[in-house]
Amino acid sequence: MTTTTVASFEIEYHQYLDANGKPAKDIPEFAKDMNTMRELYRDMYKLRVFDAKAYALQRTGKMGTYPASLGQEAIGIGYGDAMTKEDVLIPYYRSTGGLLKHGVTMEEILLYWGGDEAGSNYSVAKEDFPICVPIANQIIHASGVAKAIQMRKQKRAVVTEIGEGGTSEGDFYEGVNVAGIWNLGVVFFINNNQWAISVPTDIQTACETYAQKAIAAGVEGIQVDGNDIVAVREVANYALEKARNGGGPTVIEAITYRLCDHTTADDASRYDDPKVKEEAWKNEPLVRLRKYLEKNKAWSDKDEEAMKEEVAKEVDAAVKAYEAAPKPTPELMFDHLYAELPELTKPQREAAIKRGAK
Amino acid sequence: MAAITLIEAVNAAMAYELEHDQDVVLFGEDVGKNGGVFRATDGLQKKYGKERVIDTPLAESMIAGLAVGMAAQGMKPIAEMQFMGFIFPAVDQIFCHAARLRHRTRGRITQPMVIRAPYGGGIHAPEHHSESTEALFSHIPGLKVVIPSNPSRAYGLMLAAIRDPDPVIFLEPKRVYRIVKHEVEDNGEEYPLEACFVDREGSDITLISWGAMMHETLQAAEKLAAEGIDAEVIDVATVSPIDMDTILESVEKTGRACIIQEAPKSGSIGSEIAAEIAEKGVLNLLAPIGRVSGYDTVMPYYRLEKQYMPTVDRILDEVRTIMEYK
Repeated sequence: MTTTTVASFEIEYHQYLDANGKPAKDIPEFAKDMNTMRELYRDMYKLRVFDAKAYALQRTGKMGTYPASLGQEAIGIGYGDAMTKEDVLIPYYRSTGGLLKHGVTMEEILLYWGGDEAGSNYSVAKEDFPICVPIANQIIHASGVAKAIQMRKQKRAVVTEIGEGGTSEGDFYEGVNVAGIWNLGVVFFINNNQWAISVPTDIQTACETYAQKAIAAGVEGIQVDGNDIVAVREVANYALEKARNGGGPTVIEAITYRLCDHTTADDASRYDDPKVKEEAWKNEPLVRLRKYLEKNKAWSDKDEEAMKEEVAKEVDAAVKAYEAAPKPTPELMFDHLYAELPELTKPQREAAIKRGAK
Repeated sequence: MAAITLIEAVNAAMAYELEHDQDVVLFGEDVGKNGGVFRATDGLQKKYGKERVIDTPLAESMIAGLAVGMAAQGMKPIAEMQFMGFIFPAVDQIFCHAARLRHRTRGRITQPMVIRAPYGGGIHAPEHHSESTEALFSHIPGLKVVIPSNPSRAYGLMLAAIRDPDPVIFLEPKRVYRIVKHEVEDNGEEYPLEACFVDREGSDITLISWGAMMHETLQAAEKLAAEGIDAEVIDVATVSPIDMDTILESVEKTGRACIIQEAPKSGSIGSEIAAEIAEKGVLNLLAPIGRVSGYDTVMPYYRLEKQYMPTVDRILDEVRTIMEYK
């Protein structure tokens, strides 16, 4: 018998800032621009404050279930910063960072989680999908959007995001597979935050990495330190440029840790190990970026205080707008069901309007 | 003008829209070079190119999910499910996204698409190739479900389905793909999706059916005429949302109704039509509503297929029973 190796693979791990904010020698140019880095720090901080506010709104009965991004801020803020207005985002429920960076407003996000479809009628990011709740369906939508873009010969990229647990779904493989075959311009971000509600990663896969799931589809797979915003943004920028220019899809596994509950409806203390979580706090993305800024004399306590005040004002204004938003009226259940409401349904609409708030 | 079969009419309508609307794109398993396993897409890839008539990988959820993504960008995908029995992996995408995106974005993202699938029994096919599960789709708000019964309707309704701004599940009764030919002018004229068709006017009873069963129903009507029973026959065609006005008007005239369907009886389109008649037209009825349907069983393998499918005789028996009420 003769045996030859007919396929093999390697997965690269990318990190530019370690947990102490110490930069690698080949740190990218954009990360040397302290204005850019201050903005990214502020964006991540804003997401953290926004999450905390959303939690408080839920806890006080002013909003429904909400999934926070605590500890995972560098992912959405990182790829969101690498996107242009013309790119399309196909988010899942933990893509708040990406949505904010791509122009979706805090008020819209609060309205969505506050139970109002108006929150998905984005005023700026008009082509972005609403948040995908069923797991992994969005992966295929991203390939479909990218196919339309490819057919129309446009230079736009599509970004989508999924949790590591979601990669166990068939739709994940189906979407990545077709992106590989058709060379579609999609960037598939995997937020590997170690948990699918209560299920840890060793119950999801026997693979060493989630990035290597791309290999089975003939797609490039990259692993990145998801707590290092420099690495996330750099890898995202590479994959987005590739996507816009006919280079095809990329799967990026961003390794992080979910420092919060799955959602407000979850209690992670039932399954999470407090010691592991304590360790994970040492790796979180804001502290290391602040250390990096401080090392470069680009951040002070005064800057921190000023930022806190500004962001608090901004988030409070969004919450006020959310709380002041008009309540949806019953006819809205009917008015966007079809382009034209069927005859058979019209009496139901009239009845719902007549009943009003009763 | 040429005499064409139902499947040729489906092909002609898709070709017409591919020709006249650059946003139309057709894809599915084996639809390209092979022209579809039933040949519904025969010749289309050759004429319109691999870019617009696309062979996909073998994955139904992916086919429907791609349609969702492409439609969101304003394209008009026509996606083929090779058989209705294999549509279930795609149901997640169809129910959770295609049917809902317009609603959940307050009209910002729309889903103009057609999901085609051959359906129904009577061709001695293997397991999972013969079911009639149209009721599952008709239950979902946001979808339209359309079933042509003959070649001219297949042409006109397919054109309307492709041009419709909302997702349409287009179910093709494969048993009658080739049994009759109609003279169909390939002029791009559509039929409305909002209206039933009255195929035979009558005064004694209203027979209501759709798809392949229209053929048995019309034959039954002829036999009933010989017995002195004058049946009105309605082809529902769009089984969701149903044009109940036409049906109720007919039942008001005849005072009797019998629904004929291939699908299992319970929780079906027939159940819905009967309920609507009971709710809005019960005072016009001279007799209980009758139903002739497939049984509430798993679709049997083909040795028992004939016993499962409603026949002209079963329709006649049911109608005669209804006519006994004076």
